[in-house]
Amino acid sequence: MKELERIQNPYNDDKAIDACSIFGAMDTSGKRFSGKGVIRAIANMHDRGNGLGGGFAIYGLYPEYADLYAFHIMYLSQKGKEDVEAFLKEKFRLTHAEEVPTQPTPKITNPPLVWRYFLEVGPQKPEEEADDDYVVERVMEINTKFPDAFVFSSGKDMGVFKGVGYPEEIAEYFCLEQYEGYLWTAHGRFPTNTPGWWGGAHPFCILDWTVVHNGEISSYGINRRYLEQFGYHCTMQTDTEVVAYAVDLLMRKHNLPIEIVAKILASPLWSDIQRLPQREQTLMRTLRQVYGSLLLNGPFTVIIAHHGEMIGLTDRIRLRPLTVGAKGSMLYLSSEESAIRLICPDLDEAWIPAGGEPVVGSLKAPLKTPVAAKEMVSHVD
Amino acid sequence: MKTYLPPKFLVERDQDKCIKCEVCVNQCSFDNHYYDAEDDEMKTRTEGCVGCHRCVTFCPTGALTVRRNPLEYRDNYNWRPEYIEDIIKQAETGGVLLTGMGNDKGQRIYWDHLVLNASQVTNPSIDPLREPMELTTYLGRKPDRVELDTDLNLQTELAPQVKLEVPVMFAAMSYGAVSLNVHESLARAATEAGTLWNTGEGGLHPKLYKYGNNTIVQVASGRFGVHPEYLEVARVVEIKIGQGAKPGIGGHLPGEKVSAEVSATRMIPQGTDALSPAPQHDIYSIEDLAQLVYALKEATHYTKPVSVKIAAVHNSAAIASGMVRAGADIIVLDGLRGATGAAPKVIRDNVGIPIELALASVDTRLRQEGIRNRASIVVSGGIRNSGDVAKAIALGADAVYIGTAALIALGCRLCQQCHTGKCAWGICTTDLFLSKRVNPDIGARRLANLLRGWSLELKDMLGGMGINALESLRGNRLHLRGVGLTETELKILGVKMAGE
Repeated sequence: MKELERIQNPYNDDKAIDACSIFGAMDTSGKRFSGKGVIRAIANMHDRGNGLGGGFAIYGLYPEYADLYAFHIMYLSQKGKEDVEAFLKEKFRLTHAEEVPTQPTPKITNPPLVWRYFLEVGPQKPEEEADDDYVVERVMEINTKFPDAFVFSSGKDMGVFKGVGYPEEIAEYFCLEQYEGYLWTAHGRFPTNTPGWWGGAHPFCILDWTVVHNGEISSYGINRRYLEQFGYHCTMQTDTEVVAYAVDLLMRKHNLPIEIVAKILASPLWSDIQRLPQREQTLMRTLRQVYGSLLLNGPFTVIIAHHGEMIGLTDRIRLRPLTVGAKGSMLYLSSEESAIRLICPDLDEAWIPAGGEPVVGSLKAPLKTPVAAKEMVSHVD
Repeated sequence: MKTYLPPKFLVERDQDKCIKCEVCVNQCSFDNHYYDAEDDEMKTRTEGCVGCHRCVTFCPTGALTVRRNPLEYRDNYNWRPEYIEDIIKQAETGGVLLTGMGNDKGQRIYWDHLVLNASQVTNPSIDPLREPMELTTYLGRKPDRVELDTDLNLQTELAPQVKLEVPVMFAAMSYGAVSLNVHESLARAATEAGTLWNTGEGGLHPKLYKYGNNTIVQVASGRFGVHPEYLEVARVVEIKIGQGAKPGIGGHLPGEKVSAEVSATRMIPQGTDALSPAPQHDIYSIEDLAQLVYALKEATHYTKPVSVKIAAVHNSAAIASGMVRAGADIIVLDGLRGATGAAPKVIRDNVGIPIELALASVDTRLRQEGIRNRASIVVSGGIRNSGDVAKAIALGADAVYIGTAALIALGCRLCQQCHTGKCAWGICTTDLFLSKRVNPDIGARRLANLLRGWSLELKDMLGGMGINALESLRGNRLHLRGVGLTETELKILGVKMAGE
């Protein structure tokens, strides 16, 4: 949206500042499940938000269109919709379009029009360009050049639903109980300097990457300037956006696995690096020397997800909460343990990971009961 | 010719307190104190006093006071005493006015117009007494990305990196300009603190080779003391193009300071003036710089970063970009207030730009061009305390050099007589009688203490901002705000106005 910055950060503060509740649930066997539990769990942390933003990401959402990019777009005007639809038809092969079903919800007022589109990258794309890069560019194009329109979900076989309200209200509004997925993340927001704008709620999404985030990243200024060198422009002025772009750069463009990315975003202390065996020591030192500007410093917990993987990570001295629960092949991540226990009272295991240690749920390595924390983080330590 | 120059200071002696011990006589290297046997009284020739406070500090009974000479001129804002007296000096000598130390004029000091941030409520400040707080910094060229193979083996080999435990290094001060004891103090303090010191352009005395791992050796236009072993022992090799105190001209070492040891280290005849050529005569353009950079890398087998130091001038941003592309692993910017052992006063006070502005524009430019990773930025020129260091890092510096601050730790009172070779504190002299006044044991202690104090303060400031690693402050200009600056100044610095 043209007025993106004004709406997201109307007072032009350094960044949008917020605190939050976050929740993630994944069936690492890949079985899809309904969102009822996730909605109850995030609703249980109602008091961590203030009603100015709630949202969900669901993976394995559109199996019938699994190979197509699913765009969720919010419109503030009919004109915006017409312009963007013309643009989509020009740039993609549009397979299917429909309004996202909603139901009247008393607390949800003045919602934008939300549509979804299933798109195939066609011959319009320059041959040498990768599909994903082409899609990212088009998303950025719509979000910066079309007034009254905002793409807030753009991956395959997944989708984001979000808006202004408590997360349970957003879930009701978008009828999320009716959807199924093998991985859900959820977010309730407590912003302090934004009046709440639908696009500003979490999760943030680019391609099939989503981020929900609780925290304030005090290194934001340099993280942003570093990413700018690689062509990312943080138009939303939130630190969450920085996390999303950092992950995109490191995993998609620099081809680094999540265990390594975690060691960049929440790097081990120099004194700990010094005690590692030679090979790991050199690796960790090199990562920190090269990517020091991407260290996310300050209090945060994030749940990063993409197809097949859900990652929980806190800052290296764990200034924001994260609890992990495991039951069979299910992995839960939450700001509060009570939210997990509410929907799964008989967990096989629950633990609080150490600061900076990633918790990874992956379809490639389905959980078997029970899973020790050590096993999951031992990759590089 | 009778001098028309009035004394700068008055030295007053309380005869009731004076015990005629003659400490003042021995301490004053400008021969201002003497014992008058006829009157059995200590006396002072006040006109020679430079205000260095050596006698005041060492008088055992506190009998001496140095005051500004209350000589009143008729008010004239244009013809202030300094300019009147400069003309008197030149009328009597017909020469270039020489001076020492850095620019003492009133150009805006931007550090004083920048303030730092701290965490309140929405994020917690971090307590360095109870939590880890990291200042470790690596200088050197970094690639844009790290490549791993499928077994997570590192495929990227980094160019040589130099580790600093504290992002403060000792600036180039040559042997000859300062004494060997000063060099030894700097070298030992740098080694203790885990940082680097810089030889300056006068070579490295063999006695100090053992501190090579914490030593930056300079290669300047005079090539004094440059030989294979000199390059071999160093941790970093620095090409000196210019310095902030005298952009556009070379180093000056008056022949009086070229003692036997200095002569041997510099590889020049004893007693000759060591006047470095203004340019490096093999660098008339940027491609020539690339050749020297790579000649030095070849000579050191690509085991050491090569640094290039320039004075901050109008086109620093473009020049710095060229330096990075020419292969510099570290670029050093020395600002308007950078000091010197000897420089023409008119150059020192009028040429160059403030370091804060140069730093901001260089960091911004290198980022715009996507080459900021390819070189570390080090700044110098008037850094006074850890607050200035933190602000420099936030503007984008990887580390700073301190020269004047280090000398003050050793006793310097900025009397600006460095060029005379008579430094009463034994710092900026090669006179053996004077230079033994700096005891390397004590000198190293004082310098290491200074670095320790600044480190603790930096950690406090970082923790206050809610970050626990220096790299999260580096280039993070959101932690700065400007006070009393114009819109253009804020734009160049890349910071918002306080309250914004």
